[in-house]
Amino acid sequence: MSDVVLSGVVKRYGRVTALAGADVSVPSGQLTAVLGPSGCGKTTLLRCLAGFERIDGGEIRIDGDRVAGGGRHVPTHRRNIAVVPQEGALFPHLSVADNVGYGLDRAARRSDRVEQVLALVGLAGYGARMPHQLSGGQQQRVAVARALAPRPSVVLLDEPFSALDAGLRAGLRQDVREALRADGATGVLVTHDQGEALSVADKVVVLRDGRVVQAAAPTTVYREPVDPWVAGFVGDAVLLPAVVEQGAARTALGVVPVAGPVTDGPVTVLVRPEQVRFTAGPGAVTATVLRHDFHGHDALVGLRLADGTRITARILDGAAPLSPGGEVSVQVDGAARAFPRDTAVGLPASTVVELAA
Amino acid sequence: MRRLAPRPALLAASTAAVAVALIPLAYLAVRTAEAGWDRIAAELWTERVALLALRSIGLAAVVTTGCVLLGVGTAFLVTRTDLPGRRTFAVLGSLPLAVPTYIAAFSWVSAAPRLEGFWPAALVLTLCSYPYVLLPVAAALRGADPAQEEVSRSLGRSGWQTFTAVTLRQIRPATAAGALLVALYVLADFGAVAILRADTFTRAIFIAFDLGFDRTGALVLSSVLVALTLLLLTGETATRRRGARYAQLGGARRPAPRLSLGAARWPVVAALLGVAGLALGVPAVNLARRLAAGVSRPGALTEVLAAAGNSLTVSLAGAALTMLLALPLGLLASRAPGPLTTVLDRLAYLAHALPGVVIGLSLIFFGINVAYPLYQTHWLLALAYATHFLPLAVGAVVGAAAQSPAGLEEVARSLGRGPWTVLRTVTLPLTLPGIGAGAALVFLAGMKELPATLLLRPTGMNTLATELWTSTAVGAYAAAAPYAALLVLISAVPTWLLVARSGLLDKENLA
Repeated sequence: MSDVVLSGVVKRYGRVTALAGADVSVPSGQLTAVLGPSGCGKTTLLRCLAGFERIDGGEIRIDGDRVAGGGRHVPTHRRNIAVVPQEGALFPHLSVADNVGYGLDRAARRSDRVEQVLALVGLAGYGARMPHQLSGGQQQRVAVARALAPRPSVVLLDEPFSALDAGLRAGLRQDVREALRADGATGVLVTHDQGEALSVADKVVVLRDGRVVQAAAPTTVYREPVDPWVAGFVGDAVLLPAVVEQGAARTALGVVPVAGPVTDGPVTVLVRPEQVRFTAGPGAVTATVLRHDFHGHDALVGLRLADGTRITARILDGAAPLSPGGEVSVQVDGAARAFPRDTAVGLPASTVVELAA
Repeated sequence: MRRLAPRPALLAASTAAVAVALIPLAYLAVRTAEAGWDRIAAELWTERVALLALRSIGLAAVVTTGCVLLGVGTAFLVTRTDLPGRRTFAVLGSLPLAVPTYIAAFSWVSAAPRLEGFWPAALVLTLCSYPYVLLPVAAALRGADPAQEEVSRSLGRSGWQTFTAVTLRQIRPATAAGALLVALYVLADFGAVAILRADTFTRAIFIAFDLGFDRTGALVLSSVLVALTLLLLTGETATRRRGARYAQLGGARRPAPRLSLGAARWPVVAALLGVAGLALGVPAVNLARRLAAGVSRPGALTEVLAAAGNSLTVSLAGAALTMLLALPLGLLASRAPGPLTTVLDRLAYLAHALPGVVIGLSLIFFGINVAYPLYQTHWLLALAYATHFLPLAVGAVVGAAAQSPAGLEEVARSLGRGPWTVLRTVTLPLTLPGIGAGAALVFLAGMKELPATLLLRPTGMNTLATELWTSTAVGAYAAAAPYAALLVLISAVPTWLLVARSGLLDKENLA
């Protein structure tokens, strides 16, 4: 049973501040994803946790013991952690079994622990192979098994799936998730891929500019992001200017109920594209179809509302084909999230965000 | 990005290593300056120096041109045409590297004792040095993206226009690098020009010092030679920097289509066989002939064994000292790259470009005046080898360190292993083979080194190379043969490694 707690961790490289007082707690037995765009400090956070870097402020506790901060710096090998790096970094001169057994003492190496963790990652019987005889995905599985073998307090996964192709990635991350869960391991997964973070983690910590902006369950981060930036970073977002009156927002998409407590006045509301439904019910508004991007399992439809606002709707495949120029009726399903108007700045450029012109 | 922690100890050790490597150059400068400008001028502005310069530069130009023609031609034939026996010709074209120039020269004079002067020296040096162009150009031709040639053809250029406008441009950095290497090599060569009596700087320096005890003369000549060398080295650095822009832009490599030689194939085969015959056949036949005559001489075996023992001792000492200096430099270059590291690396390379005869001369004066306890010992000779071969060893250490990236060591640490255990179980097993190979290369290079060994060996001590030299000088060709044979065997090992690494032997590349 292990808890990892980082409080107010500061790390600077010369004049660059990589971590500006990061607070993260990693519940034991769970997988926590640290999510953020590149340069947000997530890899630095992992390296500080592992002891590869000395922190300049704050403290880090593993199982209640302070391992860094307050003049203390416990070296990596005494922290009871294990790292799974991006490219696996298997020891090329050791067999799979010797790689997995590297962190074990003599007695444990003779036990069935090596075979046990190899089975957990789906590579039972591969012990005699050499790393170069394995595919990229298999190497990554061995790296996970090697990290699990000594039962560390926490397994640190540094974007371990990013070097693999998309088809392999989805399967492997679920398998790794299962392996960690079956072994009761605590994990920290560093990633810039929001899909990965939301789908495998028990808890998502969103990092921006060296600070934690939100730490919560994946569903919470997606449905109740703390600000428009997080909303746009973790998924596609339709952000609309609105005015709240008596708990409901008046928007170009009609009147939308607002979730959570909110004061009356001008706000920015978040609607996810999948909340935009094609229906002709009461309260629906008319929109013009601009484009129809077919993705197989679903489709994104670009729409222009009566006042010129452009929005995106996500529909499941099977809905009637919509040709550009056609008129449709749309309505928001469920409640929207409202943010004070002045927070809608500094949105990540990579997200599909449609703001009023 | 992440900055590496400062490594003061490593940096200090590297600086010390470079300082040791620069002793010959620095001492040469100090001594030359001491002679005073008037004496330097008196030695410098003479008809003889002008003639020497003309002949040295001329020899370098002729040999370099010959090597470029021979090297690029052979490289194209073995990589891009349907020449029969391409692999064999590729290997035959690389093997001359295993024949030290003084042995090639020895084999030619032992066959025709009257052979001497500029043109024989140019011939021997060309035959010995063209692999320096062949190997990089063949590698460049194999690595060049054929899609560029296809695009050129699709845009309406003929085969010949494409060859000159695209293919030759693709291999230009490799050709330039090889050519400059040859030019440096010719300027520094001592054995061939001395045996063939071609009057160039290296021979004149040796004679001035060894026979005339003309120290100022030797120093001034050395300085001019060093200046020429530095000029070439600057050119080499410039082409290397420009070469970086010719890097292939992604895409999978696929072999280029082969040109059909048609009716020309057998004349081409005959020409290549002729070159191989001159470069390898002449030394092999003469060596075998002299060897058959020489081994019957009484006492020959004991002398050969004694010389071999001496060669072994000084080369081992040299290799040990070189690795000691190379380890911190190599580790610094691979783990903490930066502007300072680059400067140190370049300075070490500078010492490598000094001709062996200059290193020897400078270290003699250094031994007599500064480090007298070292004078006339193995250690001064070891120092000369260390200075001369340091970049060879640094390259090996950098390559070896790349086998154990920092990430691997971090993973090992994270699995609960302390620094010493990580060193023992991960770093050393991964790096030792590369470091060992580097030490072996330095060791073999020391075994065949001639000019510095001649100048610095303790009186009465003979190595394989100096025995060969002494016997050749008095025309005792049969007595010289066993040393020559042993030296060829020794030189064959690093040559084989070089050829294997160049990929010329890979079936899929030439089959």
